[in-house]
Amino acid sequence: MRKVNRRTKVVILTVFMMVILIAIYAFGMLIPDDAAGSFLHAKQPPSLAHPFGTDALGRDLLLRTFKGMSVSMTVGTAASAISAVFAVFVGVAAAAGSKRVDAFINWVIDIVMGVPHTILVILISFAMGRGLKGLLVGIAATHWCSLARLIRGEVLQLRSMQYVAVSRKLGKSGRWILAHHLLPHLGPQFFVGLVLMFPHAILHEASVSFLGFGLPPEQPAIGMILSESMRYIGAGMWWPAVLPGLTLVLIVLLIDKLGDNLRMVMDPYSAQE
Amino acid sequence: MEQKKETLLEIHDLSVSFRMYDHGLEQTELEVISDLYLTVYPGEIVAVAGSSGSGKSLLASAILGILPGNAAVHGHLHYKGQELTKERQERLRGTEIALVPQSVAFLDPLMKVGAQADGHRKPFPTDRRKKLFERLGLPDNTERLYPFQLSGGMARRVLVSTALLTDAELVIADEPTPGMSLEQALEALRMFREMADNGKAVILITHDIDLAVEFADRVAVFYAGTTVETALAPDFQKGPDALRHPYSQALWRALPQNGFTPIAGFQPYAGALPAGCLFAPRCPHKTEQCTNAVPPVREIRGGEVRCYYGA
Amino acid sequence: MKGTVGRLTRIFVINSVRILTLLLAVSVITFVLVSASPIDPVRQYIMGLGTAVSPEQRAEIEDYWGVNEPPVERYFGWMSELLKGNLGESALYRRPVADIIRERFLNSLALMLCAWVLSGGIGFTVGCVMGMYRDRLPDKILKKVCYVISSIPTFWLGLVFLLVFAVWLKWFPIGFSGPIGVLRDEVTIWEKLYHLILPAFTLSLMSFANIALHTRQKLADVLNSEYVLFARARGEGGWMILRRHGLRNILLPALTLQFASFAELFGGSVMAENVFSYPGLGSAVSAAGLNADVPLLLGVTLFSALFVAVGNMTANLLYGIIDPQIREVDG
Repeated sequence: MRKVNRRTKVVILTVFMMVILIAIYAFGMLIPDDAAGSFLHAKQPPSLAHPFGTDALGRDLLLRTFKGMSVSMTVGTAASAISAVFAVFVGVAAAAGSKRVDAFINWVIDIVMGVPHTILVILISFAMGRGLKGLLVGIAATHWCSLARLIRGEVLQLRSMQYVAVSRKLGKSGRWILAHHLLPHLGPQFFVGLVLMFPHAILHEASVSFLGFGLPPEQPAIGMILSESMRYIGAGMWWPAVLPGLTLVLIVLLIDKLGDNLRMVMDPYSAQE
Repeated sequence: MEQKKETLLEIHDLSVSFRMYDHGLEQTELEVISDLYLTVYPGEIVAVAGSSGSGKSLLASAILGILPGNAAVHGHLHYKGQELTKERQERLRGTEIALVPQSVAFLDPLMKVGAQADGHRKPFPTDRRKKLFERLGLPDNTERLYPFQLSGGMARRVLVSTALLTDAELVIADEPTPGMSLEQALEALRMFREMADNGKAVILITHDIDLAVEFADRVAVFYAGTTVETALAPDFQKGPDALRHPYSQALWRALPQNGFTPIAGFQPYAGALPAGCLFAPRCPHKTEQCTNAVPPVREIRGGEVRCYYGA
Repeated sequence: MKGTVGRLTRIFVINSVRILTLLLAVSVITFVLVSASPIDPVRQYIMGLGTAVSPEQRAEIEDYWGVNEPPVERYFGWMSELLKGNLGESALYRRPVADIIRERFLNSLALMLCAWVLSGGIGFTVGCVMGMYRDRLPDKILKKVCYVISSIPTFWLGLVFLLVFAVWLKWFPIGFSGPIGVLRDEVTIWEKLYHLILPAFTLSLMSFANIALHTRQKLADVLNSEYVLFARARGEGGWMILRRHGLRNILLPALTLQFASFAELFGGSVMAENVFSYPGLGSAVSAAGLNADVPLLLGVTLFSALFVAVGNMTANLLYGIIDPQIREVDG
């Protein structure tokens, strides 16, 4: 009985977290691109009217932060989705393909892991002419490796299972086995991997936009806001650096926790530790 | 009970259970040792015999106080007439009570064998250890080897040496001989005999009844976590009529030289123990009484037996 | 011991070959990526000059850079120069890329080395404490701390440190590896160190959680082992066990992990250097990316891959030297 209750509790908590995240996201999306401020209110510390204070151009930082968060979440979602799909594709290919394919994929993973990711993202962003496309491809390209390895292992394990061997003996085609036995098992893995990748992708996005390789300045991703705050930090303007950053960290922690909970709900065995 | 002053180790009504977590939060107690008794006098070797799963090795851990944190121990454990408390166990282990563990896995894989035999107490008994290694037939370079480089027999001898190097009054040897050649095993057991003859005591946990009987004074037969019989060693040589418990008799019959007759049925698992006598489900002599209550320990012909009918 | 040398030589040769093929692949990929960029390096270069340039001059620059040659030829041209030790000239700094890398790498190395030692030390210690107090209060608190810290982006932590320690407390300068207005040769080692502390601390905080959690797990495995059970049976107490058996068995995996984490270290230093305006490779590479300084971007990327590969090879060699269990497997 207690087991059921505990699971239900986790499910409720998970749904609650999802609702909060979606609310934050929706709130951010609804804010118009240019929540223009006036110079009369520039550089104001946090107050009731502006809980996060205002920046050097007099824009409300709370609005800018949530706008930026929603932009970062969009990029994070898209990038981790691309990355996860790619990971499944590569992982399955490595496990189900020939030895040579497997060796080649492992070699590619070695290469990707062999260059610091920040540098690789800078490089890809440069190659794509900066902007959204570069950001997406860059983050996606650096995040698929561990999930691909995980999926490869999973497929190899599944392939050695008896019922898969039986299907093969029965003359089912490789594609049939893939569709009926492998993919259904990989579904939860894929989803959990995706959610766990998501916070990393957001942090990465923030880092890359902080360096200036992200979206154009009109789209204030969270990293951009923090990058701008650097200019005023010497003058003791603490709020543009502290409050948006704290929001970022809290949201990332929330997503992380959500991922853990999802894993617990979907795959109770691996969540023991 | 007037013998209590003389006993080195006295255990009765000992039970060991583990707290287990089923299904996340569900907590269950798994009793693996129950109503166990064992008495050890100075100067003797007591063999503890029984199949695997009968609680032999756990007994060793319980005496030393090194059971895992989720284990609960109840009952009477007395060493030299005084209760063996946690503090006393901590003080005595490695000094007065020594363990000879089962396998090479009990040696640190990354520490050279010589240093491991010397132990952590200073001054290191290096000279004595060198002589002992020689006596045990271990080559000179053994001390510089890592555990993985030892053969099975060498590893056992190193393990035995760790106990012989202490001045322990009580040595608990957990299956010390498998993997050794017969000669090496005899030499190791001879050393235990020597210790016992010098007034120390040895608990020899084994499933090799023949070897145990050869060197031990008494044999305690374990079954499903309890002691069913303590017999004098010669009783096992005399035959089933000299033994007191149906399980001991069955064990005797299962020996190769006595017909190799297996016992029907299985030893019950912890958590699924029958009520009453634990051996009742497999016992040819069982009556209703046996399944109702655990039989008391009775003294018969210098041995002890936990059976209503044993004679 | 002859076996050890032979085995290490084999590991070294295999790894060297792997590193070479890896670097070759990285060079090709990097070159392709840079060539595919729609950003025109020549235009950026000319913009950087700050003067008007006639079409003839522009053609001259293009010619000098070989922009109009086919990419494959350009790659081989670059490669043959690279093998001669010439990495080209940085468009941004107007100096040979090799010189810039050499100079800045020393700065980055100082930063990364401090952070590496610090994070290794803190992480290992914290991991040991967590392992020894497993599932008790100190472990639970430290585990939470580790998880939270790994969710904080390096650059933001750097910003907060900058704000607290440099702006508010004024303990540290706001940036640069030496005081402004002092000639580089006159900057003493102490002044350099002084400018190093905050970025190094930021960088180490970002990476200690990984090593701490890893050490915790390894120590827990060791403490559950039969040899620790036997050690306890022989009267060894908790801290004695950690000293005699724990450290011996977990130090090597921790050190290996630490060497294998050079990629994260380098990536983190890019962030830390940018926050603290520290003149290392990390700030150079982001500047190169932003200003379309192709030779510098190529050079630093290749160099960072080499750096990571050396770390991985060291980890492999370490394993070969110290772990006798590996010896058996190999032997």
